[in-house]
Amino acid sequence: MFPASPRIAALALVVIAAALAGLPGAAPATAGEKPFIILQSTTSTANSGLYDAILPKFTERTGIEVRVVAVGTGQAIKNARNGDGDVLLVHDRAAEERFVAEGWGVARFDVMYNDFVIVGPRSDPAGIRGLKSASAAFARIAEAKAPFASRGDNSGTHKKELRLWKAAHVDPIAASGRWYRETGSGMGATLNAASAMNAYALTDRGTWIAFANRGDLAILVEGDPALFNPYGVILVNPARHPHVKRREGQAFIDWITGPEGQAAIAAYRLKGHQLFFPNARREAKARERK
Amino acid sequence: MQDFAEAFRLAARLVLSGDPTLMEIIALSLRVSLSALAIAVLVGLPAGAFLAIARFAGRNALLVVLNALMGLPPVVLGLLVYLALSRAGPLGALGLLYTPTAMIIAQSLLITPIIAALSRQVIEDLDREYGEQFRSLCLSPYRRIAVLVREGRLALTTVALAGFGRAIAEVGAVIIVGGNIAHVTRVMTTAIALETAKGELALALALGLVLMTIALLVNGAVMAIRLGTGDERHA
Repeated sequence: MFPASPRIAALALVVIAAALAGLPGAAPATAGEKPFIILQSTTSTANSGLYDAILPKFTERTGIEVRVVAVGTGQAIKNARNGDGDVLLVHDRAAEERFVAEGWGVARFDVMYNDFVIVGPRSDPAGIRGLKSASAAFARIAEAKAPFASRGDNSGTHKKELRLWKAAHVDPIAASGRWYRETGSGMGATLNAASAMNAYALTDRGTWIAFANRGDLAILVEGDPALFNPYGVILVNPARHPHVKRREGQAFIDWITGPEGQAAIAAYRLKGHQLFFPNARREAKARERK
Repeated sequence: MQDFAEAFRLAARLVLSGDPTLMEIIALSLRVSLSALAIAVLVGLPAGAFLAIARFAGRNALLVVLNALMGLPPVVLGLLVYLALSRAGPLGALGLLYTPTAMIIAQSLLITPIIAALSRQVIEDLDREYGEQFRSLCLSPYRRIAVLVREGRLALTTVALAGFGRAIAEVGAVIIVGGNIAHVTRVMTTAIALETAKGELALALALGLVLMTIALLVNGAVMAIRLGTGDERHA
């Protein structure tokens, strides 16, 4: 019934071709594909390049591909609770233990650690450079009302930051929008903001070393034991989510907490720095001693 | 601002080197957004044509809703699609989350209202223009729509380009439902977001330049087809 117009025919062809181009992707990707797991992960491990360095080794060994969804720890845990992942690798110990206690995860294993550092402008208006205590540094920043860029996104780093404010007896939320600035975004975006505002910020060392847009920022406080940053790995509970790939997920956990994965983590260097320190074995020993 | 110069250099180098990862990301971007466009046109164009011709109770309210949906924030739509496709959601059993299919679904939903609302406007305006003739010819509604779509094809192509532009440029929806997984669901916009997060601003900007070049090429190709078929003379 349509007037036979070559133009309309051409348009129809383009539309159909585009639709066909989409069809292979429209079919659920399963048949003939190599096995894979979805890893719900914190951003620091992905943005620092660690996964790019170590995951190919796991895939080579086991044939299992690891698909990384890198979001803040809070969101990663939420996604894993919904069953949208097979394995969870994050850094908020309290939340991880709650995740397991509530039955969403099978068990938590230590994987590695690095540490948080407080970065800020070289001019250091709050005078925190070289302080040994992170909470004392936070107290000075609050006292000086110096700009501080917070993640404000419920991530592992954000939770750590809030604990440090508490230890410093400061309620930063009261100053929100003034010197305390919640970016509500990832570590990199927050560092970009801190760099632009010449603000202080708390960051994990891995992201900081990998970060390329430092501007005038530098590490001012480091080494406080309170800045310890442990990462844990958890298999999402197949009893709650039957589709979880238990075998493949467990294979990943066994590998990353085993000698090969731990060696791969220790061997990863960025700009000459070791970013993450494996501690799975040590934890296993500690457990034996108990 | 050495980032700008650096970005142009990087963009040129990236494109010229034919970096396989970049090509993969570009191909996926085009596949996802063109598929979404095809679906949106198949659904939105007939819907728009129907709304242009039909008169029924509540039509005005429907048009207001449809027009408002053009402003739906991608991140909200992404969240809705995530909730639907999540394993804990009603369609979770399909296992579509974090696949290109999920991204196509999200972008189709995002741009179908745009295609429908804009083509409704185009067709309704034309219908007003040709109303007298149609009445004198006693055309059936289907025949009428066919003529209107043919007459409005130039404006409708622009409508499709607007939809495509919205789809290829959005990041909020695909980053939530796709997860920005390397080699699986990473597209141009999510790659740009990732490089920005890494503080690699020059690289992020370079990718942005590549994305804008692609948009330019697509629009250029459409213009070339028009000129080649002599349509511009009637435009």
